[in-house]
Amino acid sequence: MTSLSESFVGTPATHLRDEEGPFFGEFGGRFMPESLIAALDELSAAYAEAKLDPEFHRELAELHATYTGRPSIITEVPRFAQHAGGARILLKREDLNHTGSHKINNVLGQALIARRIGKTRLIAETGAGQHGVATATAAALFGMECVVYMGEVDTERQALNVARMRLLGATVIPVTAGTRTLKDALNEAFRDWVANVENTHYLLGTVAGPHPFPVMVRDFVKVIGEEARQQVIDLTGALPTAVIACVGGGSNAIGIFHAFLDDPEVQLIGYEAGGDGVDTPRHASSITMGRPGVLHGTRTMLLQDEDGQTVDSHSISAGLDYPGVGPEHAWLSSIGRADYRPITDRAAMAAFRLLCTTEGIIPAIETAHALAGALELGRELGPDATILINLSGRGDKDVETAGRYFGVLDAEAAK
Amino acid sequence: MSLDRTVGARTAASPTGTAIAAAREQRAGAFIGYLPVGFPNLAESIDAAVALVENGVDVLELGVPYSDPVMDGPVIQKATQTALEAGFRLRDVFTAVEGIRSRVDVPILLMTYWNPVVQYGVERFATDLLSAGGAGLITPDLTVDSGAEWLTESERTGLDRVFLAAPTSTEERLRLAVENSRGFVYTVSTMGITGARADLDAAARTLVARLREVGADSSCVGIGVSTPEQIAEILGYADGAIVGSELVRALAQDGVQGVARVAAHLATGTVR
Ligand SMILES: Cc1ncc(COP(=O)(O)O)c(C=O)c1O
Repeated sequence: MTSLSESFVGTPATHLRDEEGPFFGEFGGRFMPESLIAALDELSAAYAEAKLDPEFHRELAELHATYTGRPSIITEVPRFAQHAGGARILLKREDLNHTGSHKINNVLGQALIARRIGKTRLIAETGAGQHGVATATAAALFGMECVVYMGEVDTERQALNVARMRLLGATVIPVTAGTRTLKDALNEAFRDWVANVENTHYLLGTVAGPHPFPVMVRDFVKVIGEEARQQVIDLTGALPTAVIACVGGGSNAIGIFHAFLDDPEVQLIGYEAGGDGVDTPRHASSITMGRPGVLHGTRTMLLQDEDGQTVDSHSISAGLDYPGVGPEHAWLSSIGRADYRPITDRAAMAAFRLLCTTEGIIPAIETAHALAGALELGRELGPDATILINLSGRGDKDVETAGRYFGVLDAEAAK
Repeated sequence: MSLDRTVGARTAASPTGTAIAAAREQRAGAFIGYLPVGFPNLAESIDAAVALVENGVDVLELGVPYSDPVMDGPVIQKATQTALEAGFRLRDVFTAVEGIRSRVDVPILLMTYWNPVVQYGVERFATDLLSAGGAGLITPDLTVDSGAEWLTESERTGLDRVFLAAPTSTEERLRLAVENSRGFVYTVSTMGITGARADLDAAARTLVARLREVGADSSCVGIGVSTPEQIAEILGYADGAIVGSELVRALAQDGVQGVARVAAHLATGTVR
């Protein structure tokens, strides 16, 4: 199968849910070196085949049931909700998955595909380290070699996850090029892939990158929303008023949005990292503040200067510190189906603390952006609203950052 | 500049194609030299490019510094990052092309990642490149099937367009690259990024043969080429050899005179 007819002529879908790429409106595509096109075509073909193969779905479902811990539960958080105008707030607990975040859903799906096409080496980029940990986990489980690229800045602020990956047998390579964060880790992973494509699968960690990644990753994470939609209906007898999530590359957000795309009465809101505020240059709000451009193989909303040079992003959360976003989100924003709003570091950290103390759940700092969003949105929508939040990950990896932020590490607290 | 160029790497009716054909008549083939614009600064990058031409380079490939150069190895990454930190602006490429062309007669191709062109405006970029005296573009992250807008603009302006062919490309894709390239097809010698390599892959030889089978009459081999011996070997089966990192390394280490010396040395590989 080749890309020309197969991937680059799309038919308009009748349901928003049915968009299969490579383009989502004017976004998406495949802007990649020719050296990688064969691998992308191979991946597209293998994925198309797997999608139609009941054995593949059975295998993935079995892994999710016996390894990931799916279905994940939903938890209502009334004490937290008191701070959100009394709206009803439900958390989809992806933090309870094995490895501690939604990332494992995508990773197991892609690892199965990699095995089907005979690849023996997995490479990945990681920001917060959650995707790297999940990939290292799958590599251990499947007996594959694993190399994870991580910006040097991120290896420092997520040191615990670096240790986790190494314990799992992976090699972690700190990336010192460019801004030394997530985008540079992607560059380095692509470079590795070009050189080692024969035995290597690049297990990209979010719904960005060249076709087929945005569609394939989405398909592997959409189980989150499919489960949650039914769980909310079972619990409340109705669809939620709003479904929200934090947005870095956008995988946990599309994962929970997707099942609701064709429920127009359900508001979908993604919260981007607002850093020091979108009125400063230090943020990572690519939809709110960016403009269309091409990065990492896809046309999407980007933080860039006039010349198209990618601009440094900033966020207290390594996993949201990315100057681009998945093309499907850029499209959902452009057609008005989903809204994207910025949340500052400060608001995210306040919400982080609030969930800890009101509900006994320590979220990832990424996820805390969605929690802060819920506090704003609940007040906006009022007490009759039900808000479903993708609690994308747990905060174990962030204990040191948060401990320092709030001055509760022993050494700091003693001062 | 003539506007009646024909399409396809099978014709040589393009500034680049003509220069390569001439090199093939006079010597074993063409020597194509890469340097980034703005490294170590704009003025010296112009001097260095001129020095390449004065020391045996037949076609210039000028790199456009970009924040996320996924096809480049450490040497070129470092140089382009230095250029960006020194304040490189996209419009500098036109200044460079004009400045070089006023001093030496050589076809100049810009090697550019796609986003800068998109942000400048593909149409405006093509127009400004043409009026600066540029010959065309090499597009490392834009393939024919994603490049409709560039195909249209290069038709309008007659600019050369060089697409890449890789050892992993299917026959159908090689055909696509050959039929839509003008000037030459950039034959990626090996699976990997830019940077010197001791052994050039036999893959390059095979790939050039496959390109010829689907109709290419102008294939130049790049990635990893760093010695006159490698150039001589490549010119035994291809139309040109492309050197990047080795020249950048020389410029970084020994300045314009250093890169001139290395170019002259490399050019000995083109003697028949
Ligand atoms: C817990 C958690 N949530 C969210 C993200 C952001 O990624 P995405 O937007 O793809 O869900 C990350 C990334 O590292 C993460 O670890």
